[in-house]
Amino acid sequence: MEEIAIGAKPVNPVDPKKKRSNKRLTWATVKEQRQLIYMSVPLLAYIVLFAYVPIWGWSMAFQDYKPARSFDEQTWVGFKHFKFLFTDDNFMRVLRNTLAMSMINLILGFVTAIILALLLNEIKKLFWKRTVQTISYLPHFLSWIIVTGIVATSLASDGIINDVLLKLHLIDKPILWLSEGKYFWGVVGASHVWKEVGWNTIIYLAAMASIDPALYEAADIDGANRYQKMWNITLPGIKPTIIILLIMSIGHILEAGFEVQYLLGNGLVVDWSETIDIFVLKYGIAQGNYSLATAGGIFKTVVSITMLLLANWTAKRLGEERLL
Amino acid sequence: MMRRTQTSGPGSTIALSRRRPGSRGVEPFIFNTFNTIFMIILVIVTLYPFLNTIVVSFNAGNDTIRGGLYLWPRQFTLQNYKAVFASGTIYDAFLISVARTVISTLLNIFLTTMLAYTLSRREYVFRKPITTIFVLTMYFNAGLIPGYFLMKDLNLINSFLVYVLPSMVSAFNLIVIRTYIYTIPESLVESARIDGAGDFKIFWRVILPLCKPVLATIALFVAVGAWNSWFDAFLYTSSKQELSTLQYELMKLLSSSMNANSNPAVSNGVGMEHATQVTPISIRAAITVVASIPILVVYPFMQKYFVVGLNVGSVKE
Repeated sequence: MEEIAIGAKPVNPVDPKKKRSNKRLTWATVKEQRQLIYMSVPLLAYIVLFAYVPIWGWSMAFQDYKPARSFDEQTWVGFKHFKFLFTDDNFMRVLRNTLAMSMINLILGFVTAIILALLLNEIKKLFWKRTVQTISYLPHFLSWIIVTGIVATSLASDGIINDVLLKLHLIDKPILWLSEGKYFWGVVGASHVWKEVGWNTIIYLAAMASIDPALYEAADIDGANRYQKMWNITLPGIKPTIIILLIMSIGHILEAGFEVQYLLGNGLVVDWSETIDIFVLKYGIAQGNYSLATAGGIFKTVVSITMLLLANWTAKRLGEERLL
Repeated sequence: MMRRTQTSGPGSTIALSRRRPGSRGVEPFIFNTFNTIFMIILVIVTLYPFLNTIVVSFNAGNDTIRGGLYLWPRQFTLQNYKAVFASGTIYDAFLISVARTVISTLLNIFLTTMLAYTLSRREYVFRKPITTIFVLTMYFNAGLIPGYFLMKDLNLINSFLVYVLPSMVSAFNLIVIRTYIYTIPESLVESARIDGAGDFKIFWRVILPLCKPVLATIALFVAVGAWNSWFDAFLYTSSKQELSTLQYELMKLLSSSMNANSNPAVSNGVGMEHATQVTPISIRAAITVVASIPILVVYPFMQKYFVVGLNVGSVKE
């Protein structure tokens, strides 16, 4: 059980203030802590190089970047590329797709995971509960390549989905799920649910397990039924978890994903399948329009951070748990 | 965490509610029946596609085209697997995938834990700035194009190192491991220090062995991530066939067979010589199985640790 108790408080009650304030940055300290410095400063240099130095590349969005020229030979064009993006129908469609698929994934993901967690929580036979859990986590560990392969096979005109629908006489002829734009968002949402729903329940089940059992006992004595207990004890009990996860997801509102859409998309559904990430890839890497692609990427990052801060601020105002 | 479900949780209320006559009757029976049916459907919906893929991979390709193949191969054959490994391409890609997964995982575990140890030392002078600089990387990144140019400037295009270097330390894992190190009694570190151990020795001899449980979780996440990634191969090494990974080969096959679904005669260079029995669909099924086996093998052993990583992720920092 010890290994599980990660989230617990430190075992040794050291007074943090006392420990922290008695070291100042002097040569003596540096010498004394040189091993800690050897162990961490090279990795600091590493992360600066791989995460911070590329931000310099954002300057490309404000230039008409040409790879052959050096930095001072580039032409600066101000916000030209950003202006282009927001008047470009293509980008607007990509933005719409990204937002729509993110919202579908977000809402569908939350609802299905919470419902599944509530239902799993009602299973009293531990062996059965664990078996279902083990199986439902499994797809999370497979790559999107494998999952989209499975999805494509299942949705093919002779695939299992059409087979079942035909045999139930719900449809007369096979539906071409992946060739029609109107189904694409739904297919992506359903694929996400299939892959992640079991995994997403882990955290809710953990939160449910830490609800004080006395609350349920008290509710039993008051004659509450199963649904009243779910609604009045379990759901409020996992509310902080839901809110934290919601904040984290809202920060990723423009990350509808890239892989699923890229792998399942095809010429027929391109108007519904392209997301900002695919747009960046297409304009940037494939067509060499680095400036425009970088501008698209910056837009995405800025929106993400703004949304994250906004959600965090709202949560704080509402007096809820928050992330930052 | 799962064990906790057993001892506390709503489970312990059963004993109480059983004594109450009001809670027995038709309603719980209907609910439990519905719940069980729902769970059975969930299990089927999750497992069936795998089982079917395995069946297709063991069935003769030209027979699979006839359709109607569900849970058992009709014409059992190992031909698909032979074609996969005979092609050489897949075999090399498999080795590259294994190499990158093993190297990434070992490096990541070692470096992230080493850094986590230094950042867990409350007296360390650079503790705060280094922590902040790492944590910030969780919330933003420069993006695809600047990232691509960085790899180009570092001469990592078409190099094996591009699989390993950009992901050596991750901020999320760092926080998980550091939080775990906080739970290790300070007296262990202090007594090692009195015995004359330096920080590196303490990290190597005391902290690293004690972190095994959390490292099992992190290792699983890192290994699965490395094994499953294809985008870096697609972006950085696609012009160098020797560096292709298994997932990337599968991706190429998937996209070509999706376009060629109606025309099974189109082959992808893989298994040309077996064209009579082997189709893109059956090859794809065989590679899918090969690509999932390592995960299916490791998964049951790691399963009990999952909750750890996820829970710490929700701890406010």
